Amino acid sequence: MKRNEIKENGPEPLNGRDRRKFLKLSGMALVGGGLLLSCSDDDDMGMVDPDPDPMDDDPMDPEVFDLGSGNLGILNYAFALEQLEAAFYEEVLKGDYYAGASAEEKAILEDTTNHEIIHREFFKAAISGAVSAEQVLPDLEFDFSTGPNAVDFSSRDSVLATAVALEDTGVSAYNGAGKLIDVSDEAGVTYLGLAGKIVSVEARHASAFRDLVSPNTSNFASDDILVGLDTDPAFDKATAPADVIAAVLDLQFIVTEFTANNLPTA
Amino acid sequence: MNFIKLLESLSDKEALTKKSSRRDSFSQMKSFGKNAALASIPFGLAATSSKAKAATNAMAAAAFQASSTDVLNFALTLEYLEQEFYQKGLNSGVISDDDMTVFETISKHEDAHVEFLLNFLQEDAVDKPTFDFTGGPGGLTLDPFGENGTDTATAYAQFMALAQGFEDTGVRAYKGQAGALASDDALLEYALQIHSVEARHASKVRRMRMEKGWIVQNNNTLPDAFAPIYAGEENTNQGDVELSGMFSDFGGDDALTAAFDEPLTMEEVLTIGGFFIES
Repeated sequence: MKRNEIKENGPEPLNGRDRRKFLKLSGMALVGGGLLLSCSDDDDMGMVDPDPDPMDDDPMDPEVFDLGSGNLGILNYAFALEQLEAAFYEEVLKGDYYAGASAEEKAILEDTTNHEIIHREFFKAAISGAVSAEQVLPDLEFDFSTGPNAVDFSSRDSVLATAVALEDTGVSAYNGAGKLIDVSDEAGVTYLGLAGKIVSVEARHASAFRDLVSPNTSNFASDDILVGLDTDPAFDKATAPADVIAAVLDLQFIVTEFTANNLPTA
Repeated sequence: MNFIKLLESLSDKEALTKKSSRRDSFSQMKSFGKNAALASIPFGLAATSSKAKAATNAMAAAAFQASSTDVLNFALTLEYLEQEFYQKGLNSGVISDDDMTVFETISKHEDAHVEFLLNFLQEDAVDKPTFDFTGGPGGLTLDPFGENGTDTATAYAQFMALAQGFEDTGVRAYKGQAGALASDDALLEYALQIHSVEARHASKVRRMRMEKGWIVQNNNTLPDAFAPIYAGEENTNQGDVELSGMFSDFGGDDALTAAFDEPLTMEEVLTIGGFFIES
């Protein structure tokens, strides 16, 4: 079955010509990103973890990958989130809940799985085309079946609750990352555009899963997930990468260690 | 500032970046109704060449230098439209009891979006246009509130179709302005926070109409006149990389086009909105 062989039979990587095209588009922004970082550290508004886990921050440990700085860091950050989502849904499609789900729920789960795999593979190809291999976030290992938030893939409630959490997180993560993208050149504008193209699809997913949990109520866009801007709640959250990463690590789904010590914060 | 003045000020700015004169661009927008088919031709052409497509995207994102005030007034115009549409819908009696909570929720959000934009724009806010949800200005004869003798079921089907169209347009409209707001971090973030809520609405309403929550290719299940709402959604080129055919094991190009929502330019959105704007 194809679904069980995703790693072996994933989509073909972009060919050399496509990679070069992306490189041409992206190179300058990524080079410029390092410069941006040295400025943004000075006014980080306290959003950087002041005391990062020394285990995670050990420069002598070649095994721990750092997402990087500037636009590269943001792209790797998005890539990490898409890896998480895609890996989760790949497990869902192997599970007993999916096997016995209604046609509608199966269709939603299958579509969402495809979208997240496409997002993941797109980021992988895009980042790989723009920077050297050691700057590309490696394929992360996940474990959804242990720990305090372990998913029961035979349980509709467990799967849908996790799907809602991941999609809502994705929405607030992209919303929070938008302003951190350096748009001083064309590549940065493209990245911002891509984030916009993806975030609304994540929101469409979130709405659908929330509606499966509580059909035809306000749950698809409920007050508990929205915030007000001196108004009633009607706006999705925009969450800083540091907070998103802390929340995601808290789920204890990600086995592979990585750090995010150099992401832009303003 | 009224809606027509907003259009004029936008065409002024477009004259700087486009070949068409201000007069041409203005009259183009004024004649949206009869020339709806004509107006969609440029989008069709754009879809045939990735260069043209890139240019379209770039215009949406960067080259079109609308001021923040213009962008927010553009957003406010859309939010006024949605606000009035749902308020009238809620009062019309066509919405089924089962669906009232959903539309009350959406309506409440559109109220808050209008309130937020009015608070932000203060005296620079554009006046609320006069809307005609029959689509009369676009040459249509809809009756989404059942005011003109249409039976409730038909009226409700039209109401749902318009709701989907407005929400999907809203998503694409905000997306198209991200580049124009990129220099103002706070505004960009606010716009993104609204943008994804419109996408939540769109997904829900689409699913109530037995559609997928996401847009596959440029499929349009609304009246034909609304094809421009979905024009360009069939794009398979992302970040200047052609992705068509690469995901055959993962839903193919249908999934690929659904995985990325596409922007609309301000002018494209105003053409669609113009179907429902009297003045």
